Amino acid sequence: MSERTVKLVIDGREVFAKPTDTILKAAKDNGIYIPTLCYLEGLTAYGGCRLCVVEVKGNPKLMTSCTTPVSNNMEVITNSPRLNKYRKQIIELLLAERTHTCSVCVANGSCELQELATRFGVDHTSVSRNWKRFEIDMTHERFVLDHNRCILCTRCIRVCDEIEGVHVLDVKRRGKDSSIVIDLDEPWAASYSCTSCGKCSAVCPVGAIYVKLKPLSETKKKELPEFVVERRRR
Amino acid sequence: MKEVVIDPVTRIEGHAKVTIFLDEDDTVKEARFHVTDFRGFEKFCEGRPYYEMPSLTARTCGICPVSHLLASAKACDQIASVEVPEGGERLRRLMHFGQIIQSHALNFFYLSSPDLLLGMDSEPSKRNIFGLIKEHPEFARRGIMLRKFGQQIIERLSGKRIHSGEWIVPGGVRTPLTKEKCEMILNETPEALKMIQKTLDEFKNRIDKFREEIENFGNFPTYYLGLVSKDGLLEHYDGFIRVVGPKGEIVADKLDPKKYFEYIGEAVEPWSYMKFPYYKPVGYPMGVYRVGPLARLNIVTKCGTPYADKELREYKKFGENGVVESTFLYHYARLIEILYSIEKVKEMLEDQKVLDENVQAKSYTCRSEGIGVAEAPRGTLIHHYKVDRDGKITWANMIIATENNNLAYNMAITQVAKKYVRGKRLTEGILNRVEAVIRAFDPCLSCATHAWGEMPLTIHLYDHRGREVDRLIQD
Repeated sequence: MSERTVKLVIDGREVFAKPTDTILKAAKDNGIYIPTLCYLEGLTAYGGCRLCVVEVKGNPKLMTSCTTPVSNNMEVITNSPRLNKYRKQIIELLLAERTHTCSVCVANGSCELQELATRFGVDHTSVSRNWKRFEIDMTHERFVLDHNRCILCTRCIRVCDEIEGVHVLDVKRRGKDSSIVIDLDEPWAASYSCTSCGKCSAVCPVGAIYVKLKPLSETKKKELPEFVVERRRR
Repeated sequence: MKEVVIDPVTRIEGHAKVTIFLDEDDTVKEARFHVTDFRGFEKFCEGRPYYEMPSLTARTCGICPVSHLLASAKACDQIASVEVPEGGERLRRLMHFGQIIQSHALNFFYLSSPDLLLGMDSEPSKRNIFGLIKEHPEFARRGIMLRKFGQQIIERLSGKRIHSGEWIVPGGVRTPLTKEKCEMILNETPEALKMIQKTLDEFKNRIDKFREEIENFGNFPTYYLGLVSKDGLLEHYDGFIRVVGPKGEIVADKLDPKKYFEYIGEAVEPWSYMKFPYYKPVGYPMGVYRVGPLARLNIVTKCGTPYADKELREYKKFGENGVVESTFLYHYARLIEILYSIEKVKEMLEDQKVLDENVQAKSYTCRSEGIGVAEAPRGTLIHHYKVDRDGKITWANMIIATENNNLAYNMAITQVAKKYVRGKRLTEGILNRVEAVIRAFDPCLSCATHAWGEMPLTIHLYDHRGREVDRLIQD
């Protein structure tokens, strides 16, 4: 086990971290909040959503704290008007891209996007909404994939690949046309590889993959990947 | 032909205008009630999972979301092939009584009482709930308290006062009623009962002052349609459709609500976004029927609770053969229904069965079609969905309580206009009388068009050449 040998400054506070830690981990261990969305403890971080960006002194670029390792004498700012402006814009763009209607959503009250929008005061979107209509996959006996609510965080893909180990899910197309696919873009019920384990629905931050007829608050298990990884180490 | 237009109509739920057409000799020929907004729920719900429908369609209305939730959930029960456990049905009924109490209190105390207590011709800027609070504070307080009582039943059951779509779900309801909340509601019922009885007494004492309104506000024969229980008692949640004719005769009984399309037709007119349902055996436009409190009390043999039944007997004296014709008496019927609902709430809560914890049946099965019918505060409400094999909505049709009365609105405003409009000039008092008859029905136009909008009214007056000769706006 490595020791906490790296000394860095986060928001003016001197903290110590392990050499293998990311900025996000160091901040979290020291009770400093950094917003995240695609990141989930136990899964490989990939820095997709950019909500966890921070300022690092001496670097003109913003860095994703979930993928940037700590280094000695690093000076990090997690909260500034510039950062919050970008975070707010990201949330607005996510809300504008698909049809997010909280009031009738299965995730209402336990949605991470909704929670972030509330935290950052996003009460409208400054860009017009896309309103594109996606076909819902309801073919599976227990689960539903509603692309209209998907934010393409890829948590489901990673949990299916890294924790369940089957890699049923993936992404097709690029940019705003991207969407989650099952096997080779087949209806869920036709999937040969899906084990119906439900981990995808347990980690979905929004209401895109959910258990039929159940509110997300009853089925969400955000800590599941971390728990499984910890068990496997034993 | 000349034309008068009231645009927009005020103190109603939704957006509307009225046009009055005059003959060459300036007498009223016809009046039309136009609903001017469009929302398109039936279309945008296509492609959504069926179990989202209660939540989605409840958004047609913030006043009677519970009725939409119930009609929708009942349609979904059929799609999911489940039978709701008794405990779940009991709580759905209990919440609906809360809905009826709060909605009727809203119409009577907030929207209609300013006309009744302050006068049809009183100062328009004060003829509202605030004017009422100033002139009759105790009366206004009663209205607020009764509405609160109803709203709190909804909140105590579901955790939310409006749009409890996460609680009323296909197969029943999400959570049982706790003993503590049961007692909280029960403790408030005696006071609520007293308040409505006092209001009824006051209304009856003043009723002689409204002889003119009773005579002229939509006083005409129609058919009456609504749900009754299997014993012919007042019913708001389930049961059979009964149709009573203009002379009080039962023309159809024990009709299956799921076969509504066999006896209710839907006509469309180019001048309104609200459809024109009619009683099919009689045809369009002669098959005019009314729904809502007046119609419900006209079709039942009894209410089924002691105080309400006593009031019903007195109420029936205003009609012949058990049928009360004047639209103005919707107000009276509404008060009796509040009384009935409070009595039923008390009766249900005094029975320990209300605490039954078995409240939801679960199923993933999908039938291809479901039809849910309930008696909303404003009348018979129908939700009809078709789904594909996975349970996605492919087609939806909703007949909203308010729509059922559409033909009757036009008859009623024509009657009022014929009585009060003289020549080419409009006065504010005339405008308000036309609006008042609409208010008596308690239309909810945001529901009826499944439309979006504010709620003011405008009247336009057109001469026989189609020129606008006068216009009055109230907002």
